[in-house]
Amino acid sequence: MHPAGSLIIFTVLSGLGFGLLAFLGAGVVLPLGWEAFVWFAAGYALAGGGLLASVFHLGHPERALLAFTQWRTSWLSREAVLAVAALGMMAPYAAGSVFFAQPLPVFGAIAAVLCLATVIATSMIYATIRAVPRWHHWTTPAVFLAAALAGGALLAGQLRLAGGLFAVLAVALALHWQAGDRRWRDAESTPGSATGLGRIGRVRLFERPHTGANYITREMVHVVGRRHSAKLRLIALVGGAVLPAMLLALMPASLLAAGAALGLHLVGILAARWLFFAEAEHVVGLYYGRAAA
Amino acid sequence: MTDLPETTDKKLGLVIDLDICVGCHACVTSCKEWNSQGYGAPLADADAYGPAPEGAFLNRVHSFEVTSEDGPPQLVHFPRSCLHCEDAPCVTVCPTGASHKRAEDGIVLVEESMCIGCGLCAWACPYGAREMDPAEQVMKKCTLCVDRIYNENLPPEDREPSCVRACPTGARHFGDLGDASSAVSQLVAARDGFDLMPEQGTKPVNKYLPPRERDRATAAPALEPVGEAGGFLGWLDRALSRL
Repeated sequence: MHPAGSLIIFTVLSGLGFGLLAFLGAGVVLPLGWEAFVWFAAGYALAGGGLLASVFHLGHPERALLAFTQWRTSWLSREAVLAVAALGMMAPYAAGSVFFAQPLPVFGAIAAVLCLATVIATSMIYATIRAVPRWHHWTTPAVFLAAALAGGALLAGQLRLAGGLFAVLAVALALHWQAGDRRWRDAESTPGSATGLGRIGRVRLFERPHTGANYITREMVHVVGRRHSAKLRLIALVGGAVLPAMLLALMPASLLAAGAALGLHLVGILAARWLFFAEAEHVVGLYYGRAAA
Repeated sequence: MTDLPETTDKKLGLVIDLDICVGCHACVTSCKEWNSQGYGAPLADADAYGPAPEGAFLNRVHSFEVTSEDGPPQLVHFPRSCLHCEDAPCVTVCPTGASHKRAEDGIVLVEESMCIGCGLCAWACPYGAREMDPAEQVMKKCTLCVDRIYNENLPPEDREPSCVRACPTGARHFGDLGDASSAVSQLVAARDGFDLMPEQGTKPVNKYLPPRERDRATAAPALEPVGEAGGFLGWLDRALSRL
């Protein structure tokens, strides 16, 4: 799949933002006044900014409100509804903390749950696409949720907890890659099933239907950069999860340790998210000469 | 509404005969022509006269080579378009309700005035049947020529999808695949028609008919080896070789 920069940045930043807001809402830290303002502003900026960026990415942003209507079947619609509900529910809690030194824990708790539900909804958009075997697996929501929780805990200043969650993220990433590699290899869809000609013999693309690119080949038959996937996986795993986990577990808790862990995590998780798209193969590639693995 | 209908009154769709498709792309061209002026935004191109032209099409013809141990190799031309699936994954993922499957005839359509151009439906489709319009930024797909098949301004023989009307070999058939007595259903039954990627669980309405079995060359006995010629001709051959 085409690794669109906007989607990578949107999913990473909104994941971090909703993770941070979940910890704030759950009352793991109880900042008041200006301190609370900074934390809530950061959470809203990350979560809301990502959402806004995704809206402007649309072909018709002026119709974006319609995306709140189909929550009964569409995870994308559910994500929109949950995100707005989470940010809305968080508002009284944040206002109470910032202006009245009086957090409203019921709002906070509900908002925290909605924040995590939003992250899960984001991941389910991908995990429910059967035509992309690598995504269609429980490890997809696991990675998204672990990344949001670990990054959120770090931003919320819960360094020991974050260290443990980074270790969980490392395991989730490794499982996701392992399962993903196997899923494409074992996928039932082949050029033979895609054309139905497998019953006659071995099927090979002889001629494409068009000489140039089209929307399908650019969006779904992306093949650039897979040769670097081993190195990028190392960067994602070590930078995004293992090193932050070790830093936070071994170094005395300090702003320096937290900052270093955050920087490493951002580089690593961006690499992981790039791979999430770039490595994912869509079965439509079978019509365009992609042989079965 | 992106809920799929439990059942549809009809299951309108296409039956494509891979045995006689000659890969002429007439269906592609006529589809592009018809859909550049009728239903919805005109099907656009980008950089049509430049160095890298591309455009949105609702139908594409691939060519595949099929080889087997015991038969002759075959070249099969393979038209690919929306299959109007009963369990259409493109419909349920739509966040706005623009994508829908009609309860009356099973046609999967996009209401373009509601489409936000997010592209998720194109990802959800295993068959690559949906393409973003490069000018209008809304999703385009086969409408089964919904603006032809019910159009009483057209003569009756034209009330079928443009691709079917254009096919010079009769490789494309249109009809109600939900009605077991319809001509298309009988064709599918008689010719062992099949679904594309049934493992994806989409339950396509459109069916494909396999190429018929090809004649095989009978294994003729090998000719006797031509030995050294004797007699006059042998002498002549040797004499000429010596010259």
